[in-house]
Amino acid sequence: MSQTTVSVPRCPPLLAVPLRAVPLAPLSASLTAFSRRIATSHPGLFRRLGDYANTPFVIDPTDLPLVILLHPGNGKPKITLTRRPVQGAARIAGPLAALLGLVHGGFDGDALFFSRDLVIEGDTSASLALRNAIDDAELDFSEELMNLTGPLAAPVHRALLLLERRTGLCLTRPEEPAW
Amino acid sequence: MVMEIVCPAGTPAALRAAVKAGAHTIYCGFADETNARNFPGLNFDRTEMRESVAFAHHHGSKVLVAINTFPRAGDEAIWHRAVADAESCGADAVILADAGLLDYAARHHPNLRRHLSVQAAAANADMVNYYADTFGVKRVVLPRVLSVPEIAAINAETEVETEVFVFGGLCVMAEGRCSLSSYATGRSPNMNGVCSPASHVEYHDHNGVLDAQLGGYTIHRAQKGDAAPYPTLCKGCFTAGEKTDYLFEDPVSLNAEQLIPQLQKAGVTALKIEGRQRSRSYVTQVVRNFREAVDALEEGRPLPQGMLARLSEGQAMTTGAYKKTWR
Repeated sequence: MSQTTVSVPRCPPLLAVPLRAVPLAPLSASLTAFSRRIATSHPGLFRRLGDYANTPFVIDPTDLPLVILLHPGNGKPKITLTRRPVQGAARIAGPLAALLGLVHGGFDGDALFFSRDLVIEGDTSASLALRNAIDDAELDFSEELMNLTGPLAAPVHRALLLLERRTGLCLTRPEEPAW
Repeated sequence: MVMEIVCPAGTPAALRAAVKAGAHTIYCGFADETNARNFPGLNFDRTEMRESVAFAHHHGSKVLVAINTFPRAGDEAIWHRAVADAESCGADAVILADAGLLDYAARHHPNLRRHLSVQAAAANADMVNYYADTFGVKRVVLPRVLSVPEIAAINAETEVETEVFVFGGLCVMAEGRCSLSSYATGRSPNMNGVCSPASHVEYHDHNGVLDAQLGGYTIHRAQKGDAAPYPTLCKGCFTAGEKTDYLFEDPVSLNAEQLIPQLQKAGVTALKIEGRQRSRSYVTQVVRNFREAVDALEEGRPLPQGMLARLSEGQAMTTGAYKKTWR
């Protein structure tokens, strides 16, 4: 029997600390608009959620001073950021890098669970459905962001790649070369 | 001849990832109780299956459809329809466990290649040959309880292809006959396609101490910093008297990568990777690793040392029954 571990990077304080002062209402509205854009371009994600397409999820990036409440809303999602503990059917908690890595396919959810980098509580079925639906959707937040920024898409992409390299956060979908 | 790598895919995206990572063959299932990985958010509807098979074929890979649960009396039509749909979607074979369903497939879909699922627990040459002679089975997935010499002994007495697990979750029971999950939850991998169904699993984190409950029973407690296992009874940790220990097996994953040359000498045709419940990331890493290993073997190069422990249950690995070193 052999064992080994690999650590998940933590969000640098330079990114996390300012969030203590940022007003959450406009940020929530922006993220809701962003998530609805994704919902439009990835309707299969909500089909795959099945019975949980209207289940409230608490996403808790443990290295950020906020918590995300996600209402999938049957394809019309709403995101609410809060600094207080909040109730949902299921809670998924872990470092921001782990959560972004799950979204982009950079990390495996079960491996993060085994290593205790990811904690799930509440409705385990709902958490599994969300994880599997997101994994199948092949999301790329950087691509979605570039689609929003028009002529600034190229510099925005370069900035994201630089940020990714500097912080270890998985901000783009890794493209594996074909065998 | 290069040993065939048979990879899991729980979603169309995972299937595409497996193909791109070099999988020769991918196995997957429909999104219902006909397959033994019937988890929320997983599996394929009929359209996804058809499109995924076409994608795999376009890139030179094969697709096997697992219809490997045991049909419920009175509801056999659900399983019959799955076999028919697998054929019409273009599947290269179906993986079946139930003798009645094998008989149905052999009579009604004679041109659809039939593999015997590990769920049938065929663990000796007589049984393997019986399935081949009676139902025209072309390949048998051997249970994870055999040593390499036992596998060689089976292959010496049969013309049927054999496929063995080389990586992933390690089921230590006689597969297809395990009722542990049923005792705790009323649902089983054999009939409902779910071992430790998520609907009956709860985790509670108390200041870093993680309790895993199945059907209301606490079956494992991971101390702060300890790796967490899957919430299965066979790898649960229990206290009796003053002793606390794993009852059947430690929470480890199978990794037989370094045994591939021995498995080839034992006459094994295909190497199977467990994990249809896993992500694209897992599929990509594991498939690349094993494809490199079988290609190295074929070209006479030394096997690469894997980096797969992090992906393993409990972050620990074993060669399982292949080397029979269990307590």
